Order: sequence, then C-alpha cells, then structure tokens
Amino acid sequence: MNSELLKKLFLPVLVFMIIIQVWATIATLVEEFPTPADTYVAAFGGVNSLGDEVEGVLSDPFYIENQDSKGIFWQILASLQRVFAGFGLAILVGVPFGLMLGMSKMAHYAFDPFIQIFKPISPLAWLPLLLFIFQDINMTAISTIFITSIWPIIINTALGVKSVNKDYLNVAKVLQFTPMEKITKIILPVSIPYIFTGMRLSLGIAWLVIVAAEMLTGGIGIGFWIWDEYNNLNYHNIIIGIIIVGVVGYILDLIMGKIADYFDYRKKGRVS
Amino acid sequence: MSKFLSLEGIEKRFPIPGKEDYIAVTDVSLEIKKNEIISIIGHSGCGKSTLLNMISGLDAQTEGAIVLENKHVQGPGPERAVVFQNHSLLPWLTVYQNIEMAVKKVMPELTTKELKERVEKFVSMVNLEHAKDKLPDEISGGMKQRVGIARALAIKPKVLLMDEPFGALDSLTRANLQEHLMRIQESVQNTVIIITHDIDEAVLLSDRVIMMTNGPEATIGEILEVKLPRPRDRVALQSHPEYIRCREAILSFLYEKFAKEDE
Repeated sequence: MNSELLKKLFLPVLVFMIIIQVWATIATLVEEFPTPADTYVAAFGGVNSLGDEVEGVLSDPFYIENQDSKGIFWQILASLQRVFAGFGLAILVGVPFGLMLGMSKMAHYAFDPFIQIFKPISPLAWLPLLLFIFQDINMTAISTIFITSIWPIIINTALGVKSVNKDYLNVAKVLQFTPMEKITKIILPVSIPYIFTGMRLSLGIAWLVIVAAEMLTGGIGIGFWIWDEYNNLNYHNIIIGIIIVGVVGYILDLIMGKIADYFDYRKKGRVS
Repeated sequence: MSKFLSLEGIEKRFPIPGKEDYIAVTDVSLEIKKNEIISIIGHSGCGKSTLLNMISGLDAQTEGAIVLENKHVQGPGPERAVVFQNHSLLPWLTVYQNIEMAVKKVMPELTTKELKERVEKFVSMVNLEHAKDKLPDEISGGMKQRVGIARALAIKPKVLLMDEPFGALDSLTRANLQEHLMRIQESVQNTVIIITHDIDEAVLLSDRVIMMTNGPEATIGEILEVKLPRPRDRVALQSHPEYIRCREAILSFLYEKFAKEDE
C-alpha cells in the first residue's frame, strides 16, 4: 500500500487519540468536566457513566417541541441563515466598493484611512450599538456580520484591481474599450481570484462573529444554544457545540475554496 | 506619393518636480510611406519606445503633431495596432479567444460566421491552428508573440507598431518569427514600424532604418535606405554587398558616432 497515504490516514488518528487523552486528563482534574465518553453519549445517545439512559443531541437533530425548544439542526440553520444574509450583503456592497477603490486613486485617498480604522473593530464592540439601532435580534446579528466581514472583501477586491497588468489596460486602450468593457473583460477576470480570497476570509469572520453575537442576542442559533447549555449546566453539550462550530466552519471554508478555484483562470476552472 | 503617416517636430518632455523638464525626445520629423517597413534603432534610453508610444497614442507628445492620412492622432485606436514586447495576451482567454475578442470589438458588423472565418484566417496565418484552443501559459514565448502579431493584424490596422517584438526571445526563435513576419508582409501589405536594438533584424526587415542619437534630447541621427530586393533570404544576404554596407553604416553610427558608455 502507498506509504504516503498510510501516513496521511495514520497520523491524524494518532493526534486524535492524543487529544482524547488530554481531554480525559482534564476531566479528571476539573470537577464536573465531562469525560470524552459522556460527551459521546450526550451526542449520540446511550447510557452514560451515571447509568442514565439519555437522548443524544445528534440522534434527533430535527425535533421541534415548541418555539423555544428546537433540535440542533434548526439552531445551525438559523445561524447559517444570518451568516449568509450578512455575508451576502457584504459581497453586494463590498465588491463594487472595492472595484471603485482599486480604480480611483481619489477614492483610495478618501476612504483608506477609515477602512484601516474600522477593520480592526471587534464585532462585540459593534453589537450594543446595532442592537440599540435595530431593536431586533436578527437584524442586529446580520448587520454585525455585515459590518465586520465586509473589510476583507473591499481590501482584496481593490488589491485585485491594482494587480491588473498595465499591458492589459494598454490592449484595452488600443481596442478602445468602453469603461464597462474594461471592467467586465479585463479588470474582473484578473480580480476574481482576489475577490474570492476576500470572500473566503470574510465568510470565516462571519462564522466567528455569529457565535459571539448569538450568545449576546439570544433566541435561536448555535451560539445561543451553547450559552443556553452552559446555563442549564449541560457542560458536555458545550463541547459538542464547539465541535459542531468547528466542523461547520471547516465545511464552509472547503466549499468556498472549491468555488474560488472554479472561477480562478490560473487553476483552469474556466468559465466558458 | 501622398503623405501617409507623418511626424512633425515631435518633442516629449517629462516634468520633474523642482527641476527643469527632462527632454526625452526632441525635434523628430519623419514621413512614412504606405506599406513601408521602417525600424527605429538606438541604444537603450534613446527614447525609441517613447516615440512608438506617442505614435500609438498611449502617450501624448508635448510638442509637434502626428498625422495619419490627414488626421491628427489623438489617443490610442485600433487603426494603429500595437504588438507589445511581452505579447500582452489575456491569460484567461485561449489563443482563439484572444484574437476573437479584438476582432469582435473592432468589427462589430461581422456576422458570427464572418467573425469565425476572420479569426481562423489569422490563426492559420501564423501557423497556430494546432494551438488555437490553448491558453497563453500553455504555449511557448515565440508562439505567444505570433498570437500577438495575429491579433494586431486581424483588426486591419493602417499601421502596425511593434515595440521590440522579438526582444525577449532566443535568437533561433527570433529568426523564425522574422521569417513569419516577412512572409505575412508579402501577402498582407502593411505599414510597419519596428522598434529594435538588433542590427541584423533592422537590416533584414526594413526598407528604411531610423537611427536615434542618445538621450536625453534624443533625435533622429541618420536615416539609412536598405536597397535590398525582396523576398530576402537571411543566409544569402550575409555576403550581399548592400547588406554589408547597411550593417556597417549602423554599426559605425551606434558604436563610433554615438557610442554609449556604460553607466
């Protein structure tokens, strides 16, 4: 068998076992800290160390008992909806804005200082202000995501526009392209890989932000769920929540990466 | 013969903050006949590329006028097609699409069928039928430059401007492309201006060689008529007295009258 493949499979398993071992050690040191075994039972159902029969969080993720008690699937879905609403808005505004910034020196001079100041502001700093403005959980979460995830899109789009080779623009000049043709036929094809890099970063930020935002706003969503389980003293569910957040984030990044590759001419994902 | 393309007292100054303007090129006057091939030769820094950029309209002259068929040149346009030194093909389009894009823009009146025929005609003119669906990164430097030439010719320019078109290529590929260019020129008569620093290339290709003095304030030093019959054969030419005379004239201009010290 291919030894490289063997290493690829074997090494992660080894690291996984070490993580479980470290976790088990922490569980013996910290009182009431859930053991890996109990957490597994809490996730998939079975009999825990106290001898109780329990329903797993993941054994019925689709249940709806009432408005305040829904399965984990609905929590994740609610979070994803907010993430994509905020992320979508950030793309709609960020890409044209970035194009303008990259094409016009004046616009760059005018806006760059403010972008640099707004960019490092933590989503948690925006949250109270936005909550005050909208007085609505969904709007607050979506606008927080929008305002924190738009910066990488703007910055990378502008970078993409600036990376356009001057010779390509000379070709456009000789052929007398209109400004619109210049954007669609020269600037966008060059910038698309950069725009997607920005979008990928942005989606990562959006997923980070949602968990924190939902903890503060409450209602529904994976972030709220984790906080709720803390209040209910269900510590094993916090760990399950953390793992779910990680896995969903990884899947989002994977999908975004595939889409980015598809539109990147350098990777031969040719559109036409 | 009536005037085709004329440069009248061209000067190019670049402003330097706090200092006097840098005069790159001054007092360049030249008349170019229809279907003439001229090369402009000179040491680096003699402003020959600047001169070409002014003819293409990508750069504006500070003084003087450029007149093509009784019309003042203002800004770039497809009637003055440029073959750039680094080919400037769009890397996300195939060979075919690169040429198609240009033809489509300049000749919007063509039907789909006519467009396809025209693009294919120019693809085959530079012998690239086998590579027409390849991306620029998948073909060699010489092939890319052939696509660049095909793209420029396909839009039916009045003047073909070539900025050190073969400068980045090895000498064998360069010779091959020179042959291509001469063969194409025989079938499609064109007015061509070539910027070069290669003496053999200048003599082989041109009807006239324009020799530029060194910058700053570079201008036309001498103009040499190359009275060699066409078609020209590079091997046979080596012993031709006219070829030898031309080569010597350029050599003495570049290395005796206007020798350039290394800085």
